[in-house]
Order: sequence, then C-alpha cells, then structure tokens
Amino acid sequence: MFQAILFYLFSAVLMGAALGVILSRNPVHAVMFLVLAFFQSAILWILAEAEFLGIVLVLVYVGAVMVLFLFVVMMLDINVEAVKRGLTRYWFLGLGFTLLMAVEIVQLIWLRGQDSDIAGGFEPYADGYSNTKALGSVLYTEHVYAFEIAAVILLLAIVAAITLTMRKRPGLKVQNIAKQVAVRAKDRLRVVKMDAEKRQ
Amino acid sequence: MIGLQHYLTLSAMLFVLSIAGIIINRRNLILILMCIELMLLAVNFNFIAFSRHLGDDTGQVFVFFILTVAAAEAAIGLAILVVLFRNRRSINVQELNTMKG
Repeated sequence: MFQAILFYLFSAVLMGAALGVILSRNPVHAVMFLVLAFFQSAILWILAEAEFLGIVLVLVYVGAVMVLFLFVVMMLDINVEAVKRGLTRYWFLGLGFTLLMAVEIVQLIWLRGQDSDIAGGFEPYADGYSNTKALGSVLYTEHVYAFEIAAVILLLAIVAAITLTMRKRPGLKVQNIAKQVAVRAKDRLRVVKMDAEKRQ
Repeated sequence: MIGLQHYLTLSAMLFVLSIAGIIINRRNLILILMCIELMLLAVNFNFIAFSRHLGDDTGQVFVFFILTVAAAEAAIGLAILVVLFRNRRSINVQELNTMKG
C-alpha cells in the first residue's frame, strides 16, 4: 500500500515534469523540468528494485548529459521571443493522434491484459538478492562483447563531438611552438668575412 | 499492488507526451532533442518493468546499453546543433531547408 502511494506520487510528478518539458517556452526551464523527470524516473526504478540503474540514471543523465544540454542552451544565444511564436499548424492533429495512441495502449494493457499473466504485482525477490551483483554477473559474462562495443561507441562520440565543434579561425596570430623550438642558429645567422675598408 | 501494468501505462503516457512534444513544438531543435531523451526514458521503463516481471536481468543490461547509446547520441546531436548555430545563427527547424530541392 505504501509502495502504491509512492508510485502514484512520483508518477504524477513525472507526468507534470514531462508536460513542463514540452510546454515551457524557455529552453532553460525545459532542461530543468527534464532533470526533474530524470530524478523521478530514478526513484521509480529504485521502487521497482532496479537500484543500480536508478543510480546510473542520476549519475550519467543528470550529472553528465543534462549538464551538457544546459551548457549548450546557455551557450547558444537563442532569441526566446522568436521561439515563442505559438505552436505549429498541425498541433491539433498531433494531439489527436497521440490521444488515440494513448487510448489504444491503455486499452491493450488494462482490458485485454486483465486475464493474462501481466496482471498483478511484481513478485518480491528472495532475501539477499543484490541487483548490482546480478547485473554484473550477466554483463561481464554473457554480454561482454556488447559491453566492449559500448565503450567503442563512447569513444566514437568523444571523437565526433570534438571534431565537429573544433574550429580554426583564419587570421589569428598564433605561435607555432614546434617551429620555434626547431630553429637552429645557423639557419638565422650568417657570418660574413670581408676585408676592411680602405681609409679614404 | 504495483505491477507490470502500472509501469507499462506510465511508460506509454511518457512516450505519448514526448511524441506530442515533438509535434507541437517543431520550432526549437533543442526541445526536439530533449523529447527524444524522454522517449528513450519511456522505452527504458518498459525494459525495466518486463525484466522485473520475468525475473530476467538481461532486460536491465539492455537498459544499460540504451543509456550508453543515448549519451553518445546526445553528445553528437548537441555538437551538430552547435555547428549549425554557428553557421546559420538559428536553430529553428523550419528555417533548415538548405537541402530542399
């Protein structure tokens, strides 16, 4: 019962935060609502006894990805007034389609699924079950190649992000350190031997 | 008792809200990226609920990989956004019609 109250409370806040993301006009507010949504999701995951992923969501998403979003939003000097100019022409069409989708999914889950085995609560884990340990024992044995590919994908993201955003502006007066260090005296200095001039 | 059906419903609501977000604010590219993040979150909810329901940890391993790929996607997407803003001084989706024939 207590768990159900917590679930509904955090779900309500999550829905409110998602509405805030899609309806707020100021991008900074939208990012803040998204941070709130990620926090609520982490709590809900922990309620479903997926503790490791809940913590990872807070660390990776709130700690890294959302900070990246916030940096980009603040770096780009977006004209808020220009963005404010109302919704698109098709907003009622979008709303209709999404409402239809929501009704279909809810009908599928609640009416058609009532007498199948998806009804009812989660079965509690046995005593001494550790989510992190169980996840690690699957991740590093069965899925170890996928894990290594994930590492390569992250490397790819680093390289791509840096090469995309690095720019060399023309006309800047910068020193070429390697060239300066490599200079030898004999390249620059010429000793000339010549006779003394006669007195006139 | 909170079970699979509650989590699936929550995830469906989140997914539908993020689709609505993409459709109704098609002006700001950064909002569209944020809505994609919300969609991935909804998908992760499904994976976690089913993993918990079936008692199989592989679903949570999938969530782990989705988080990795989503982080990479966000980084590259934001890098493209920054380059786009430098070149066009705008991130309005409706002005990005350079490749229109």
